[in-house]
Amino acid sequence: MSAGVLFDAPGPATAARHRIYTIVSLIAVAGMVGYVIWRLYDTEQLTYEKWEPFLTPKYVRALLVEGLLKTLQMAATAVVLAVAVGGLLGVGKLSDHGWVRWPCWAFVEFFRAVPVLLLMIFSWFLIGIEWSGASYWGVVTALALYNGAVLAEVFRAGVLAVPKGQSEAAYAVGMRKSQVMNIVLLPQAVKIMLPAILSQCVVVLKDTALGYAILAPGLTEVGKRIFREFGNHVPTMIVIAFLYIIVNLILTWIATWVQKKFVGEKKVLEVSMTAGLDTGRAV
Amino acid sequence: MEAVLDNIGLVGWAFAHTVLLFLFSGVLSLLLGTFLVALRVGPVVVLQRAAATYVTVVRNTPLLIILMFFQFAAPKLGVTFNFIDVQWGEVSMTSFFGAAVVSLSLYTSTFVCEALRSGVNSVPLGQAEAARAIGLSFGGVMSQVVLPQAYRASVPPLASVQIALLKNTTVAGVFGVMEALARMRILTNNFTGQKIGIFLAFAIVFVVLVEVLSFLASRLERRWRIA
Repeated sequence: MSAGVLFDAPGPATAARHRIYTIVSLIAVAGMVGYVIWRLYDTEQLTYEKWEPFLTPKYVRALLVEGLLKTLQMAATAVVLAVAVGGLLGVGKLSDHGWVRWPCWAFVEFFRAVPVLLLMIFSWFLIGIEWSGASYWGVVTALALYNGAVLAEVFRAGVLAVPKGQSEAAYAVGMRKSQVMNIVLLPQAVKIMLPAILSQCVVVLKDTALGYAILAPGLTEVGKRIFREFGNHVPTMIVIAFLYIIVNLILTWIATWVQKKFVGEKKVLEVSMTAGLDTGRAV
Repeated sequence: MEAVLDNIGLVGWAFAHTVLLFLFSGVLSLLLGTFLVALRVGPVVVLQRAAATYVTVVRNTPLLIILMFFQFAAPKLGVTFNFIDVQWGEVSMTSFFGAAVVSLSLYTSTFVCEALRSGVNSVPLGQAEAARAIGLSFGGVMSQVVLPQAYRASVPPLASVQIALLKNTTVAGVFGVMEALARMRILTNNFTGQKIGIFLAFAIVFVVLVEVLSFLASRLERRWRIA
């Protein structure tokens, strides 16, 4: 139901009332924005010294290379591993053999229910907190396991969404089970799953920020260094949040584009506890 | 595992913090999310845009960044939660707790808003038309007819959002609330040899909590289902 159905096309009296509402709410919104800006000004957060680091090439480079690039690298590694884990588990959950299906099911249920931060701290301790690379791989391991478990459901739903006639036809021409899965079902399922996988990337990217808890490199770490040095906590947090938001919006935009291009008007693949494009997405 | 059993009291109080964080932010996020969805589907374009901007900005910001903001940046703007100071047994609700509840609520409310909006979209067209035909105003259409049905239709996505909130409370452990994650970290530090047992113990409690939540949600869904 579109929002347009919830109320009539306004008549003259209602249109006048709506104009008043619009003016009042415009003033209220402008007032709120104005108050925030005044508050920033009043507490001297808008001075040049506080924002100077973000105009200094040295710090901008640190922010983009050691921060953003490292974060993206961490997220990309985790996504690749998560897709691998998810593919294996998803196909495993569809297996005809109970001894394959049940462990996969248990693995998926366990890692979907455990908070990713708990997993992150555990992998960090497990890899060994003395080693300097432990925090990086702690983040990657935790994200790969958690999102792998989530993607397993996506894979399973994707394979099940392929029309039944496809596998029946494949069996009819004499293909083996693994051939049906690899040659017929998975290639078609990937097309259906692509938007869901891409919007899961937003979740992975947001969760890389959790690496802060285990001293991982990335945007939050560079941000911490900058505000420790300059005492400019407010501008730093704004800049870091801005960088995350921009990358996430680009990812969302790509996911929507892929959705339109490859899946078309068909319904988006919906799996509980995952990222749907416009419903309870990317928690 | 012995480390957990020997400190079972501390672990219990840690989970009490987790559950309290979840309950407070759960209720607040539902209220704020309902308010946001009312703005988003309402007739005033300015408010639609404002709510949409808020949702886009907050939902694309990592939760940790929001908590960091309230921890480090907000005090510089004069926003503090020092007035909160409740001690109850081993549960201490201080400014850290307040900041965590506010951040979790602000963050989760955007997802509640989106879940409810999908619910509003699933209410059949005829319902709103019929409500308007008998002369209900926008407020009446929403509160009497559309939102009650939207709430029912959005139980499954809302449950996912609240389960995610329960798991997200662990982030508060990084910022001074002595909840499950913070306790697990301390125990793992003190008993490095038992890290696997400690992790499994905490993880299993979370699995149980999540299962309880999803059981309640499926009960609620079955009970409230529109015939």
